[in-house]
Amino acid sequence: MDENSNIELLMGNEAMACGLIEAGCQVVAAYPGTPSTEILQAVADRHGEAREALHVEWSVNEKIAFEVALAASYTGKRSAAIMKQVGLNVAADPFMRSAYLGIKGGMLTIVADDPGPHSSQNEQDTRLFCLQGRVPVFDPASPAEAKELIPLALELGEKYEMLTVLRPATRICHSRQSIERMETTSLARRADFRRDPSRWAATPAFLPRLHRELNTKLEAFATEDAIQPRKIGGDGRYPRSAIVASGIVYSHLVDLLEELDLSGSIDLFQVVVPYPLNPAWIEQLKRDYNRVMVAEETYPVIEMQLYHPGAFGKHSGDIVKEGELTPDVLHIALSHFLSLPATAPAPEENRGQRPSLCPGCGHRSAFYSIKKVFPKGIFPSDIGCYTLGINLKAVDTVHCMGACISQGAGFYQSYVQDHEDDFPTVVVTIGDSTFFHSGITALINAVIQRARIIVVILDNAITAMTGGQPVPHTGITATGAETKAISIEPLVKASGVEFLECCDPYDNQRFEELLRAADAHIRSPQGSVAVLIARHGCMMQPGIRQQQPNHTISITDACIACRRCVDAFECPALSMDTENGIAIVDQDRCIGCGTCIPVCPIAAIKGE
Amino acid sequence: MKQQIIVSGIGGQGVLFLTRVIAQIAVNRNLPVLTSETHGMAQRGGSVLSCIKVGDFASPLIRQGQGDLGLFLWDANLDVHRGLLKPDGAGVINSRTEGTDICLDATSMARELGNAVLTNLILLGAAVNNQVIFCDKQECEEAIRQLAPARFVEQNIAAFHLGLEA
Repeated sequence: MDENSNIELLMGNEAMACGLIEAGCQVVAAYPGTPSTEILQAVADRHGEAREALHVEWSVNEKIAFEVALAASYTGKRSAAIMKQVGLNVAADPFMRSAYLGIKGGMLTIVADDPGPHSSQNEQDTRLFCLQGRVPVFDPASPAEAKELIPLALELGEKYEMLTVLRPATRICHSRQSIERMETTSLARRADFRRDPSRWAATPAFLPRLHRELNTKLEAFATEDAIQPRKIGGDGRYPRSAIVASGIVYSHLVDLLEELDLSGSIDLFQVVVPYPLNPAWIEQLKRDYNRVMVAEETYPVIEMQLYHPGAFGKHSGDIVKEGELTPDVLHIALSHFLSLPATAPAPEENRGQRPSLCPGCGHRSAFYSIKKVFPKGIFPSDIGCYTLGINLKAVDTVHCMGACISQGAGFYQSYVQDHEDDFPTVVVTIGDSTFFHSGITALINAVIQRARIIVVILDNAITAMTGGQPVPHTGITATGAETKAISIEPLVKASGVEFLECCDPYDNQRFEELLRAADAHIRSPQGSVAVLIARHGCMMQPGIRQQQPNHTISITDACIACRRCVDAFECPALSMDTENGIAIVDQDRCIGCGTCIPVCPIAAIKGE
Repeated sequence: MKQQIIVSGIGGQGVLFLTRVIAQIAVNRNLPVLTSETHGMAQRGGSVLSCIKVGDFASPLIRQGQGDLGLFLWDANLDVHRGLLKPDGAGVINSRTEGTDICLDATSMARELGNAVLTNLILLGAAVNNQVIFCDKQECEEAIRQLAPARFVEQNIAAFHLGLEA
């Protein structure tokens, strides 16, 4: 047998999924979010590899995912909750209390950070969140290490009955590496919840004791052998100097030192658990080194805990505080720290071609009509592919999951104070998955506060931005099994909405009529929230394109180069041929949906 | 053996598939390999970049001026990503215009095969043909057969061969 038969090329997210299954996790829950999404996807795809029953779910949001996994841990089984960094904000309420109450079976929360950010609304650092929450956090330096740390985090969590967090960054999640697969564990645990109201339902009377126990456990946890910083000693070229690094930044440093022919020249510490740090190690650094470079993403979490007088890092102002700590940025910092020859300045950020809604995306048609009918409207939107409606100037605000409906209501309340009859039309756009995640409560609030706004639910029947996870109204679970489908319309009606219409935004005329009718409704004496569902399947999903007409699109010489199809409609298959002064179709990218045809003011776009 | 490779393109061009094929070749040869990829919003038609580091490396990212080979599926990305290559690093570029690098109109060739997305494997073929990548013809074919969906295997192999002969 080939000695490497257990080696697989795995994306970091797949590696972590394998780690959860191998460690015997039996309940795994998540809400999709880049860069974490493929973890649960891979657990679902590989759930047949588990030796015991394994429940895998796409929860409606991160708070729910966390709470489902938490209760599973109370029964003694191993569980995991998975989310992106801002997802932890949604799950913050149960997360913070869980630190005090603890767990039974190992429960790992995997929170994927996004330094850069590449695909997020901020660069928050989960390690700092854990410091605030008093939860031990593991910071892997490679996809393979992310997988290796999972059983350790679960075992230590069980030993101390503490929640633990694994914090991979984007460059761990979305890197591939050849990785060894291990035996899948069979723990043979039966659900066994032991009542203890002084803990699981702790009232304030019990919390000082639980808080004291938490602090005692943290002190012991910090001294565990398996999590101590790992040292590679230097050859004395840089006496009384050291470098401390954690996460993927440690790996960048290893390669950088190698490329500069400096491997083994300076004491180098890898911090695997940035919180809690062992006080003895902090003292050792103060005693043995005058200067310590601290390289970490994204906030100076280790550096602030070290409180070292010779620290060289983000807190001290020596390393740039914002953005990803790429090998190029690190090179500049290292050159300063070691007084190496000056390096070229880091290349200016250039993200190249901006992303766009896909050709044929129903959202594009919806945004185009919204902007056309309400040129002076206010357009709060939300998190998803449809954030790209910004390119069509039909998205004015994007904040966090579900914020658009409440923000829309806030805009209305502020404007109506000044102009009771002449407030601007507020048109909110929210995706179907985001609506279930946190839009429903905001809709109820908007109705009871009589916010006269139009809410357009962009329903493509999938969580599209993250690669196509099922949504509650399609009746499919993470593993593809059938379940109850929860329709959007009755939910909207039960929220007290009296104007509800649904249409395919490809039918511009009908959709624009409905927008005008909705505007009339919100301005009528009994008007309140009006909801329109703009329903068209996602172009990335199999079968959707085959179900719709396929035109061969061409543009005639009659084109007057008004750029409306290129700028206002912004289809990536259309561009300007500046030499000939006409718009042209890129036939490689055009899918023949024909939605651009009505956009042309002189009917120069033809579809056959 | 150490080689640092970038694959640059826009979302939808098959950058990720080409990345996986190259990484799989390394795995098949028992070489350590690390990649980094672009997922999320940028995949909707924006610029995407993969780094592939074959051999003994720790980090999946490539520093400016360290890349040995760049496969550019979208030549407008040259301004953004060319600087990642060494001054003498090789570029294989999908372009209708000639340049100092290895340039070929792979999109037109792919269209003749029936699908513009085959550009990715045409560039891989051209890289093998010009001996600027660590692997050979047989290794590429093996990895393509491992990773391509069954009904596309022959078309993908044909695209790779077209690049080999270009």
